[in-house]
Parts: sequence; C-alpha cells; structure tokens
Amino acid sequence: MTKLTPVLSAHWDEKDSFTLEGYKRHGGYTAAVKALKMEPDAIIQQVKDSGLRGRGGAGFPTGMKWGFIPQGDNKDHYLVVNADESEPGTCKDTPLLLANPHVLVEGMIIGSYAIRAKYAFIYIRGEVTHVVRRMQQAIEDAYKAGYLGKNIFGSGVDLELVLHVGAGAYICGEETALLDSLEGFRGQPRLRPPFPAIAGLYARPTVVNNVESIASVPSIISNGAEWFQSMGTEKSKGMTLYSLSGHVTNPGQFEAPLGITLREILELAGGIRKGHQLKFWTPGGSSTPLFTVEHLDTPLDYEGVSAAGSMLGTKALQIFDETTCIVRAVLRWTEFYKHESCGKCTPCREGTWWLVQILKDLESGKGTEADLDKLIDLCDNIMGRSFCALADGAASPIVSSLQYFRSEYMDHLRNGGCPFDPHASTIFDKAGV
Amino acid sequence: MTYSSSQQQTMDSIIARYPRKRSSIMPLLHFAQSIDGYITNDAIELIAKKLELESAEVSAVSTFYTQYKRKPVGEYHVGVCTNTLCAVMGGDAIFAGLKEHLGVENDGVTADGKVSLEHIECNAACDYAPVVMANWEFYDNQTVQTAKDLVDSMRAGKPKPPTRGPNELHNWKETSAVLAGLNDGHANEGVQAGEPSLLGLRISKKGAQG
Repeated sequence: MTKLTPVLSAHWDEKDSFTLEGYKRHGGYTAAVKALKMEPDAIIQQVKDSGLRGRGGAGFPTGMKWGFIPQGDNKDHYLVVNADESEPGTCKDTPLLLANPHVLVEGMIIGSYAIRAKYAFIYIRGEVTHVVRRMQQAIEDAYKAGYLGKNIFGSGVDLELVLHVGAGAYICGEETALLDSLEGFRGQPRLRPPFPAIAGLYARPTVVNNVESIASVPSIISNGAEWFQSMGTEKSKGMTLYSLSGHVTNPGQFEAPLGITLREILELAGGIRKGHQLKFWTPGGSSTPLFTVEHLDTPLDYEGVSAAGSMLGTKALQIFDETTCIVRAVLRWTEFYKHESCGKCTPCREGTWWLVQILKDLESGKGTEADLDKLIDLCDNIMGRSFCALADGAASPIVSSLQYFRSEYMDHLRNGGCPFDPHASTIFDKAGV
Repeated sequence: MTYSSSQQQTMDSIIARYPRKRSSIMPLLHFAQSIDGYITNDAIELIAKKLELESAEVSAVSTFYTQYKRKPVGEYHVGVCTNTLCAVMGGDAIFAGLKEHLGVENDGVTADGKVSLEHIECNAACDYAPVVMANWEFYDNQTVQTAKDLVDSMRAGKPKPPTRGPNELHNWKETSAVLAGLNDGHANEGVQAGEPSLLGLRISKKGAQG
C-alpha cells in the first residue's frame, strides 16, 4: 500500500471524466443536493470542522474565510474562484479542471449557498485554451441540467456562474489584483484592509478561494468533516495534490495526505533521473525559499515546511539535479518577477529590475563579491515593502540560494563566467538518461 | 474597420454576463482579437463607447495584459516556456532552435504570416516539461526537433494536433473567440488527462491491488 489518497484525482483515468455523465457516475452533484438542504451556517461549520485550509499558497482556513462574510447586511455577496494558476512550478489546478471541471462547479454551488452569494465567478488564466473549453462546457451543461441559474435543483436558490478568462498577467493570481482585473481594470493589488470579505468585488463582501480548495468541498460535504480530518497532520488536514516536476524519473501529480515527504514521493516517482543527484528544489513554487537534500524528510504540511524556513505554497515540487546552475535558475526566476511586477509599488518595480542587472553580471562573471551582499541588501529593502507578496516571492530564491550555494556564485566570479554546461541539464542529454 | 451587427450583438451579450458592464472589458478585448487578430484602435473606440468609458481607460487595460497584441501575430502563435524549469530542461535550446529555424526573434512573425514566436512564462504544465504552447494549446514534452517539426507543419498548412487539446489546432482568431467565452463545440475532444497527471492515481491503484 502506498500513502497516496486519490480523491480529487480518483477518476481522472476515465476517458469521459470531464463530462456531466462521467462526473455523475461517481456521485457527482449529490453533495450539492445534500448541502442545499442544510442551513448555510451548518455548511460553514462543517468546512471549519474539516480543517480545510487554502490550497492556493497561504493556507488560510477556508471555513473561517467563509465565516467572515457579514450576514443579513442586505448586500450582494460574491464567490470568486482563483483559477489563475501561474506560479512557476505550479500545475495542479490545470489538470484538475481539464479532467474534472464539474467538481469545481459543484463546490462553487455549495460555497455560494453557504456565504449567500447569488453570483459567482471563475477567474481562469487565458493561456490554457482547452481548459477554458472544458470549463465553459461544464458550466453550460450544469445550466441545462438546472444546477445553475434560477431555482437550482428545485431548491428555490438562484446562482449565476460566469467564467472570466484572463489575459496573461501572473499578478492576477493575487486576490485583490484579481478582483481589480475582474472589475475591468489593470490587475494591480489593493491595500488591505479592507479585506475582500468586507469590500471585495464591486466593494461587496467577497470570498476568493483557490480551485483545489473549492474542489475539496463536495467530498467534505459527502463524507463528513471527520473523514477529511482523518487524513493529514495535526494542523494540516486532508488530502492534497503534490506536483512533481524536473529532473526526476517520472514527473507527475501525486494526491496524498498533507505531511508526506519528498523522499516518499520520489520513491514513488522512481527517484532522481538516472545517474544524477538532487541538488535543490522548491516545496511550493518559485516564491517559496529553496530546499536542498537536507530537507528530504521535511513533512510537506503547512507547519513542517514553515519550520524548515520555507512555505508549503502550492506544493509545486520542482526538482533540480547537480547539472543545474543555481545562478542561471535564480536569474531566470528573477527575470520572471521583473516581467510580472505590476509596477504599482516602487520597491518591487525598481528592485526587481536591479536584481536582474546584478544577477546577469554575476552569471557572466562580471560581478564582484560585493554584489552578493548588495543582492541581500536589495532583498531586505524589497521584502515587506509592497502592497502584495510578489516582491517577497522575488526575494525568496535569491536569499535562499545565497544561503545554500554562495560558493557557487563565487565560482562564477573566479571562473569569469558560468562553469556549467547547459546541455547537461536538458532532457536531451543522453548521457544522463 | 466597422463591426457587423451580429458582431455587435455578440459584444452586447458578453457585456450582459456581468453585474457591472465594465467587467466585460477583458472578454471584449479577446473577442476583438477574434475579429481583427490584434487590438486595433477601432476596437478600443468601440469598446469604450459600449462601456461608456474613455478610450484611454480601455487602452490602459489592453496594454497591461500580454495576451492582447498591439500588432498582428501569426495564424499560429507559438510560445516556448523559458521559465526556469522548462528552460533548464530544454526550453532555452528549443527557443534558440526555433528562432534560427524560423529566422525571427522574440515577438517576430514569419514573412508568410503563418507563425509568430514568443518566449513565455510558466504555463502550468511543469510535469510535461519542456512545454511549447501554440495558440495556447499544450504541446507537451518537446525537443528541438519536435518543435521544428511542429512549426513546419504550421507553415505547410497542416498543423500537428496538440497533445492535450482538441483534435486539431485552431487558428489564432478562432482561439481568441474561445477565450472570449464563446463555446466552439470542441470541449469533448482530446484526452481527459496525460500520463503524468495520472501517475499518482495509477501507482495508488496498483498498490491497492497487491
């Protein structure tokens, strides 16, 4: 027996898993029917009791977020699902929606009813055409079946669900930038407070949840909070999708209880690609500080990863072996943050630009040792000084790589350039496969 | 150019999706690209008029998002992921190979108008690295050679189908209509999941059997 617990991914191997029929074959939409007969507050309580925490990176308790929505305020409420999956390394929501878009629709029906929202949105990134098609079709089929629209399931409850397609801006994965974008503006983060629960979309109480968080809700309603609690660790409950990529024998998705370790996942994946060794990895995307071999047994739950100096993030396990140059890897991520900085806050807009210049010099051997300290100094001045966490994310790979691989930066200076052969790190390098 | 009454009706139906009409700017811009191929000044003026905004406000939105193009792209727009993981695993070599093969630089279009090339950021398919996108459809596990073969097939007018996507690759304008939320009827085509997406599930089932 393995530790794996496929729930969200349980039926992805069936060819019609994305259709309404395929979804209903395994009890699809029965949780929504059950939920619509419950008191909305009882649903919120059940999600709270389950211990479900946000799967988009921050790990905030989902039920508590729902509970923050003021009730009886005579205002419109909104549920917005963040499907703008763009964090480098993150690739869980995209296969989930390709294989089973209906589980998101069902979760949104339950969530909208719980927070008393009559209008819900999915903000999906624009660079995944076929996922957009599948999601759009699922919504249309749900409308036709009477699961969306007026008087859904004959319950007297109304719900409109709109698919909103982004247009290529990483920053819109940040919830307040997402809301600005959904309102029809440039996607730039807002100052908080007020939080979206008080003043979100159109300045109305709004819940913004990650795809995987909402997709987990139907199983919690069907199987109960105790079932969900039976998986995971003390403060990190339930199953979740871990996305393994990079220099491994078999990359892919692994749905397991929170708290599994990279060593355990690597064993299932056939280990690091043949003839090579693990050098560094990200536990939850490029914005989470790097880990090394010494973190193979770190429990991959919110507390475990945090205690080891990083963040669980999106559970995007990007694996790099010894052929990978740390300076090249970090420079490329930094170029990404520079490109995706929305420009609103000066420390991020200017800081990421300077970080790229310095890293380029270092990679080409033109830098000096003082530049390493300058990088740290810049990061210190960028972190925590902007509206959102993009700049903090930009600093993560730099600071952590200098912590673990300072000598490799120095090698570039001594060598007058990069000592690595980029071809050796590609999958075309036959010597390594 | 002027827009036909049926095009304008579609725009009105897009506006009607939202509780507040300004929210429809993004799908309207995608729709404009489905007509013109890129964001023209005429489209900006029309959207501004329909939403009762200044054209500068619409322009400001269109220039913020990289998928809105201010000049024509190819019939097939090819994006090579050169974010760290894909770059390291072969994306850099693929991008360099395609630039040389097509004779264009980043953001360039071939003279026949068939193919445009862009290096893109992480496209949420890292377990299929190195990844190439064409009209935002997935071409997984690429090599320099398969990427060259792909663009050759586009220039020959018979583009290879995506690995996880519809049965055939649709052109840039058709794709833009899908991104505007218009159903093209191809949702049921293609695989439900690629093998890496199923890896954990398959291992779990095998373990449960014995």
